[in-house]
Amino acid sequence: MYQYDQYDQAMVDARVEEFRDQCRRRLEGTLTEDQFKPLRLQNGLYLQLHAYMLRVAIPYGTLSGKQMHALADIADKYDRGYGHFTTRQNIQYNWIKLEDCGDILADLAKVEMHAIQTSGNCIRNISSDQYAGAAADELVDPRPYAELLRQWSSFHPEFAHLPRKFKICVIASEKDRAAMRLHDIGINIVKNAEGTLGVAFYVGGGMGRTPMIAPLIREFVPLDQMVTYSEACLRVYNRHGRRDNKYKARIKILVHEMGAEEYTRQVEEEFAHLLEQDIEPPIAELDRIRSYFQPPEFATGLAEKADRSDPDFALWIDRNCSPHKVPGYVSAAISLKPVGGIPGDASAQQMHLMAELAKDYSFDECRVTHAQNIILPHVEVGRLYELWEKLDEAGLGTANLDQVGDIIACPGLDYCSLANARSIPVSQKISERFAANGKGELLGELKLKISGCINACGHHHAGHIGILGVDRKGVENYQLLLGGSEAEDVSLAKITGPGFNEDGIVDAVETVADLYLERREDGERFLDTYRRLGMDTFKEALYG
Amino acid sequence: MKILTGNDLKSGAVVWWDGQGWSTHITEAVDAGENADSIIATEDAARRVNAAYAIDAEQTEDGPRPAHIKDRVRALGPTIRPDLAVPAADKMGWDWVI
Repeated sequence: MYQYDQYDQAMVDARVEEFRDQCRRRLEGTLTEDQFKPLRLQNGLYLQLHAYMLRVAIPYGTLSGKQMHALADIADKYDRGYGHFTTRQNIQYNWIKLEDCGDILADLAKVEMHAIQTSGNCIRNISSDQYAGAAADELVDPRPYAELLRQWSSFHPEFAHLPRKFKICVIASEKDRAAMRLHDIGINIVKNAEGTLGVAFYVGGGMGRTPMIAPLIREFVPLDQMVTYSEACLRVYNRHGRRDNKYKARIKILVHEMGAEEYTRQVEEEFAHLLEQDIEPPIAELDRIRSYFQPPEFATGLAEKADRSDPDFALWIDRNCSPHKVPGYVSAAISLKPVGGIPGDASAQQMHLMAELAKDYSFDECRVTHAQNIILPHVEVGRLYELWEKLDEAGLGTANLDQVGDIIACPGLDYCSLANARSIPVSQKISERFAANGKGELLGELKLKISGCINACGHHHAGHIGILGVDRKGVENYQLLLGGSEAEDVSLAKITGPGFNEDGIVDAVETVADLYLERREDGERFLDTYRRLGMDTFKEALYG
Repeated sequence: MKILTGNDLKSGAVVWWDGQGWSTHITEAVDAGENADSIIATEDAARRVNAAYAIDAEQTEDGPRPAHIKDRVRALGPTIRPDLAVPAADKMGWDWVI
């Protein structure tokens, strides 16, 4: 894992003291809320429905056990004993007091964490594949490249006031587990025909009120020009992105309106100019960063198969464990989606346990996924059973990864001041319905995603089944969408038709699931059947 | 009726104008009537509350009930965590929200 050098630590410590002073001035009344708001947002502090909310950055979702313990301690000491893992691989606390903010950030800084650039119109936390460094199918560990970009983008003066927020994702496999093409910039590390590693740039994707899939604008940028090309992409956006209308200010709108071809032409022109300026960090810096991401000392000669005699454990292996690049290891997913639970929430006690399990079973490392679960990336197959037993005892052993109960849900109207409808109760009802009627066991992979407003924090556009909560004359109403995917077969879900009330949307999900069960062909997932049959067949089942 | 709400500066807690100051209990909210704007201006200037605003509400036997669900959720707390509700968990509370 990356470790701060003296410059990183000094920058973060200085920011803590600066924000502590700003909070003090706000509490004393020498700063108005209008003056304070942009300052608190730069430090991840929002004012939500019930209280201040603090969003803490977890770069590319990677955490040490010590850091997870620190997050649990913050939940206990300053919040109400829990935290919420988000679709940007971060964590949010919902009940923060302004007077505690300085101390919280100081506690985070002690474990090399912060909340900088988790809000505002800047480059946000850089996300990545939760199986980075472990996945059997990756070309390289993408995290050193994500870290390099994190350092480049942190406090970058030119990009501190972009037209709108900016999200970058870095992956290094053909399989997309991080919704790469639904980012402002999606970076895929690839090999060219000569076998040389480089970077493919996808620019102008996103969800929100105008969902777009990022087009490929450059198939191959040499690795030692990645930062320069990123800078060129940002510069063109910063120059031409709209600032008159926040709903049209994201880069996806610019790329769409300008046209991908013209946008690319301007980026290439800027890139050529920047190459002359020699802004790329020296390769020694990438090597320095890379040295922190060396694989742990894996054992050899380990058992490659587990004893599957316990059927519940066997199911958990099948659903929650992923292939590892080293024989005898797997990556194990800890579901934060128990039946009827709150997606992404974990108590301080659960966080402490996950930290201990990371230390004992996974070389002291865990990951947060964009689907709001936790991964232990390097677990010996032969120790999986004891791990699973400990998880199960703590309510963390649910075997439902990528199943209908593994629902992504934004905080919705229960917490969020932007939301129009509640997301979490709908996810709970769906989860409970499919557990009770047993159909959840029959459905296989089915990604269901719920957002409580058009901003799409719950990724509803990318759900095999998506649900969007809207306000219809003061009453919650839910639109059903079908056919989305955030993976390498990326697609945007389409609305089926008129919306439903809270109970009606649960029935509607069951209706489309029933149609799938009735009409699926061998090996088809829900998404495959939907794509084969088409929207009209599903509409007919829903509306007659 | 018009009632006033905002968030407490220090804690961020949802608060309601009770005629003298700010209460965390909506049952204590009073009709601000035509004085809404001036009270908000005064309280904002005094830095006692964040982002205060006036909302429509209906006076009921159980006290004021905001017209919009968002403010009803604000009044009680997250509907999925009755243990965090304000006031403490009330079985009928969630019917009141929805």
